[in-house]
Amino acid sequence: MTGQTPSQTVGPFFHDSLSWPGAETLVGPDTKGERIEIVGRVLDGDGAPVPDALIEIWQANAAGRYAHPEDGQIKPIDPAFRGFGRCASDVEGRFRFATIRPGRVPGRGNALQAPHINLGLFARGLLRRLVTRIYFEDAAENTEDPVLALVQDPARRATLLARRVAGDGAVYRFDIVLQGNGETVFFEC
Amino acid sequence: MADSPEYRREEPGAQPPALHLAYASTVKRAPQQQPIRLPHTLSEITGPTWDRGILRPSDDDLTRQHKGAPLGERIIVSGRVIDEDGRPVPGTLIEIWQANACGRYIHPKDRHDAPLDPNFTGAGRVVTDDEGRYRFVTIKPGAYPWRNHPNAWRPAHIHLSLFGPAFVTRLVTQMYFPGDPLIPLDPILGGVPDPAARQRLVSSFDLETTRPEWALGYRFDIVLRGRAQTPPLG
Repeated sequence: MTGQTPSQTVGPFFHDSLSWPGAETLVGPDTKGERIEIVGRVLDGDGAPVPDALIEIWQANAAGRYAHPEDGQIKPIDPAFRGFGRCASDVEGRFRFATIRPGRVPGRGNALQAPHINLGLFARGLLRRLVTRIYFEDAAENTEDPVLALVQDPARRATLLARRVAGDGAVYRFDIVLQGNGETVFFEC
Repeated sequence: MADSPEYRREEPGAQPPALHLAYASTVKRAPQQQPIRLPHTLSEITGPTWDRGILRPSDDDLTRQHKGAPLGERIIVSGRVIDEDGRPVPGTLIEIWQANACGRYIHPKDRHDAPLDPNFTGAGRVVTDDEGRYRFVTIKPGAYPWRNHPNAWRPAHIHLSLFGPAFVTRLVTQMYFPGDPLIPLDPILGGVPDPAARQRLVSSFDLETTRPEWALGYRFDIVLRGRAQTPPLG
């Protein structure tokens, strides 16, 4: 076996390489599914905004299928939806994605997972990527989700739930707290 | 549907911890809670795929993105992206970024008192071929100071970002140059616990990659996580 290449920090100067116009918009006019927006902030252990984070998301389409050759489910592929997005946080630590609500995908065994978006976060001061998941607070399926069930403390589990923002469109708020009070649940995968 | 085989987990000692006191920026940003181990479901074993059609002609040659040639020592960097079992990782996107020959990034937040080069942006990308190979042309980046501790200097390095076949194989790393005296002093490279794993981030001078009368070549192979078992065919 050959040894893994170690991870190193993304540093503060990645923007010219790791972003492109529209990278935070996953939907086009032909994309199927319910349009949603995810908005949030990245905060450090002092509660200060993290202005130099890169947030990436990966998700299934509205039918619950990933645009990837290893997803062999009998579900429609949406040619107008790839499922990958990127957003660099701004000076206030804010980020925003325009996407669709993902469908359910299977877990291991015969379990079915609640709708979720996979999230990776890079920043100066992080020698490795942080991984978490965005679930939706108003999804009834959350009670049977095998990954949410891994988080025993209800207060910690709540850090994985995006909150619906009052208003017209389906806007969900998902703040990411790197450290300390209200620290977001991160996963080792 | 049968479960797909999981990917291997982290190799002990090869990956840095969240908190590494010598690297000051980790202190307020490293999570304090233990991460929860996630089973590998379809969400983890899938990930974005890439088409070579996204590449522009000068993406793999950082010396040809402007009217003139950038200042500095032209170099060729090449290597293979493989998994832990030595299998090539084809069709994966590699994004790169770096400082110019004087150790200055074009980035507005870089305040280092060194000149910008109007002929150098320092950003490029390549997609690996069917054998997992990649190659790009650039100039050798300079060392630069940072404020981590008194008289702190980063060794010359090129940032690389890779996807691999799945969400779990994503990797952002840095490539260093052989013989750089700053390497043993660097808290970022020093965050990798295993000295043998640290050495994997140091490229090697390679005469085969070197092009006569034109540029020195450096070889940098990248190893992404492999499968715990071989996935079934079809």
